[in-house]
Amino acid sequence: MSDVSLTVNGRRVSGSAEDRTLLVHFLREHLGLTGTHVGCDTSQCGACVVHVDGRAVKSCTMLAAQASGSTIVTIEGLSDGAELHPVQAAFKEHHGLQCGFCTPGMIMMATDMIARYPEGLDEATVRAELDGNICRCTGYHNIVKAILAASETMAKGAKGKAKQAA
Amino acid sequence: MYSVNYHRASSVADAAKLLKNGDAKLLSGGMTLIPAMKTRLASPSDLVDVSRLRDLQGVKVSGKTVTIGSATTHYDVSTDEKLKKACPALAHMASLIGDPAVRYKGTIGGSIANNDPAADYPAALLALGATIITNKREIAADKFFKGLFETALKDGEIVTAVSFTAPAKAAYQKFRNPASRYAIVGVFVTKGKDGVRVAVTGAGEDGVFRAKEIETALAKNFDAAALAGLKVSAKGLMSDIHASADYRANLIAVMAKRAVAAANA
Repeated sequence: MSDVSLTVNGRRVSGSAEDRTLLVHFLREHLGLTGTHVGCDTSQCGACVVHVDGRAVKSCTMLAAQASGSTIVTIEGLSDGAELHPVQAAFKEHHGLQCGFCTPGMIMMATDMIARYPEGLDEATVRAELDGNICRCTGYHNIVKAILAASETMAKGAKGKAKQAA
Repeated sequence: MYSVNYHRASSVADAAKLLKNGDAKLLSGGMTLIPAMKTRLASPSDLVDVSRLRDLQGVKVSGKTVTIGSATTHYDVSTDEKLKKACPALAHMASLIGDPAVRYKGTIGGSIANNDPAADYPAALLALGATIITNKREIAADKFFKGLFETALKDGEIVTAVSFTAPAKAAYQKFRNPASRYAIVGVFVTKGKDGVRVAVTGAGEDGVFRAKEIETALAKNFDAAALAGLKVSAKGLMSDIHASADYRANLIAVMAKRAVAAANA
């Protein structure tokens, strides 16, 4: 057994888990955070993507014990109360989902991607960066549209804030 | 997931000690080992996590000498500004591994110690004439990669870093499997003070190898034109559902030409 201490969505949590427990199972079963999904369980589909110390990783391919000491953000931690995160709002606005199963992973990867490309994104880059996230129903068109829209909104937001600060 | 004991090493010496537990294996990014454990292709009794050891992380560039810690992730290699100047081909190669989430976790040390016959790093290190540094000795890349998933590493030996002299010219071209993102054929070419080196991954039945006939042709003239009409033999190449040996032989010539053109660009 391992003692697992994490900061998840700003909350400090600790628990005891078998060494073999995958991070995704710890989040879902020990913490009840079922927004993170298990899709393929073979690191292909990306439905389980969460941020570990600021980086988007596949939580089905990491032990909870490995993550101990880290800061985690899951899909549940993105919105500000009732106000959706700009990426969530863009997925809603552009209908970037059908069944919704892959959506948590898509959104967690999208927020990471937007942070890595502060200069902005184009369609080819978004599609390349979604290499590790599989959607079985929409065909990606609206997912890509939503990410591009969110990237623009967030860039404007950042400029607005910079102005306010100045 | 099957039962396993997890240990977090506090130092390389501690990791070496912990490796003596049962049938222990080192864990770094876990991008290959954890999936292999799920399918029981690997079933270690204990995992020794070295991914948080600061001594094993980071890229150092001093003049032409590049040293990369074994627990440096593909993402950190692909985005390192010093490396992008010293040896952009290697940074580019790292950006082609797996997908973004995999690159955040997977490490150079894990990749070379595993020596998957379709992995990218073995081709890069062989073509760069790199030295693999362990907690016990230094091993030339030419002697390190032994065959399918086989290396010169002994029990209890831990890769701590790799080091190489940045070549004047280098490039990597990969024909990737769109599902697994491993190389169906990948060719890394370098032109340095010791001449031309060309390493091929994804194709050999015994894993990564140097393409001597391509090296000879390029040594005379480091230009894609020097490879015009080159016929690579299919002997010793893999055949599987993705590509036949003949197809791979042809791809080696195509990727080699593209790599030379990219190195000269």
